[in-house]
Amino acid sequence: MSLTVNPSASAPTPLRFPAFSVDGLAGTSFKPQHLSAILADGKQRGFFEVHAENYMGEGGAPHRALEAVRREHPVSVHGVCMSIGGPQPLDKTHLARFGMLVERYEPILVSEHLAWSTHETTYFNDLLPLPYTEATLSLVCDHIDEVQEAIRRPLLLENPSTYVAFRESTMGETEFIRRIAQRTGCGLLLDVNNVFVSATNHGFSPLDYLSDFPLAFVGEIHLAGHAEQSDDEGDMLLIDSHDCPVVDAVWKLFEIVVGRCGLIPTLIEWDSNIPAWPILKAEAAAAQAILDCYAAIAREDRHAAA
Amino acid sequence: MRPLEDARELSYASAFTLGLLDPGQPTPLAVTGPAGKAAARRYDVYRNNVTVSLIDALAAIYPAVQRITGIDFFRAMARLHIRSNPPTSPLLFEYGRDFPAFIDDYEYANAMPWLADTARIERAWLDAYHAADAEPLPPAALAALPSNKMADVVFTVHPATRIVRSHFSAVTIFAANRSDGPVGAIDASSPEDALITRPDIDVVVRRLPPGGAVFLLDLISGRSLGEAAASALQVSPSFDIASAIGGMIEAGAFTMALLETHDAQ
Repeated sequence: MSLTVNPSASAPTPLRFPAFSVDGLAGTSFKPQHLSAILADGKQRGFFEVHAENYMGEGGAPHRALEAVRREHPVSVHGVCMSIGGPQPLDKTHLARFGMLVERYEPILVSEHLAWSTHETTYFNDLLPLPYTEATLSLVCDHIDEVQEAIRRPLLLENPSTYVAFRESTMGETEFIRRIAQRTGCGLLLDVNNVFVSATNHGFSPLDYLSDFPLAFVGEIHLAGHAEQSDDEGDMLLIDSHDCPVVDAVWKLFEIVVGRCGLIPTLIEWDSNIPAWPILKAEAAAAQAILDCYAAIAREDRHAAA
Repeated sequence: MRPLEDARELSYASAFTLGLLDPGQPTPLAVTGPAGKAAARRYDVYRNNVTVSLIDALAAIYPAVQRITGIDFFRAMARLHIRSNPPTSPLLFEYGRDFPAFIDDYEYANAMPWLADTARIERAWLDAYHAADAEPLPPAALAALPSNKMADVVFTVHPATRIVRSHFSAVTIFAANRSDGPVGAIDASSPEDALITRPDIDVVVRRLPPGGAVFLLDLISGRSLGEAAASALQVSPSFDIASAIGGMIEAGAFTMALLETHDAQ
């Protein structure tokens, strides 16, 4: 990413962990139950992503595990409950914790969701949808500015999986997201499974969505599995469940995205029904194989052009 | 300040949250499916995500309680709890502090009067798990202090240390139901106090001897070793000071021992 936020605001802090690149790499969610298997594998090609909130305790096993992983691998911090898309001001305590976590672990990527989860004093523990209007656009932009000030670097904002639309929306999701990126300088986390889930649920073409999506801002890709239910009319309704392998259609969309925007770091998310480490590792290897294939094609093209 | 028309446009969260934890509420009028499709089952996905994920969060914090009650009983009880006491922090490992009191008042748990205290130990276990790291007091630290001044020594509590007192056999019930093995019959009627510590990474739960809880609670509140021992002997004449000190050092309950100096003017 070449984006910077207020670059003069802070002196660089000394790195306590190695600075690794994630260019063209595939990674997986880091789950504590995989720690010993991961460490037994030794240093490997790839990166690990953690949910920020799971590492906001003061001490103990979670931090010990993340330190061990971070010493040998690039790490990405993925916030789940900043409530950027909510109408109320961001929780300053939570924002400060988020900033401290980023400072402590020096992640290569930091991301959050275009969604909200807290209203008044209640935390709902889900990624809730918002209407896409001029008013919510300026609200979300203000919140992203605030987060980027706190972490002193660009945030990657993730496109959501949604199950309903708001009647009051005045623009489409891709326009909303493009204008956010243009106004705030944030990057984007393109969740290809979310595109597939929302496209199915709202009856649009995922290819149309992708061709309208501001791919130039994408700094990370997410891939995950989903579950199938049905809507009120008995048609397919997909649930962003993160509890199973990535489906073929999403792999195909991923190839299309890689073909268009190049070697973006790509993460396999798996958050419930968590399989043994070799199964998750194999999903990441499948993503890595696609990235490597496109890297080889890009090298050949450069060669031919020279 | 945002303009007034923005305030109206930003009321979506109030409308959307109304029914998330209340199945009696209708689907919000503000939401719809595509091309005129209905939104009831679609909105139900959010209701389900919220309720199920929060019940799962309580089940992860209280696995012994769930094992004792069975999954269906636990989930019904947890469902009522999350509706009346939803989380107020996005950190779910902080959730459920009022769940033990809820269990105390839960009609269907009346036959298990020890269940709430078992839950209190589980909640304390998780607090210890996430507490700040600190080096426990090394055994040699006490030996270095002059023996004639031992009664004046005060201690600094380790961030992970917790005490849970129970009129029931809550420690035995907790331990049996947090292990993988089969649970035999337990006499639930003998009062037990728990000391929860985390000297390094692993949380350890010990059963305290009679007087032990009073002794440690005195020390945690800053009273001297002499004062704490006197309190313990008052409630339990058989209280063994030497083994209590040995036990608390081994458990890693404290980080520092300080000798209060009464300097002459």
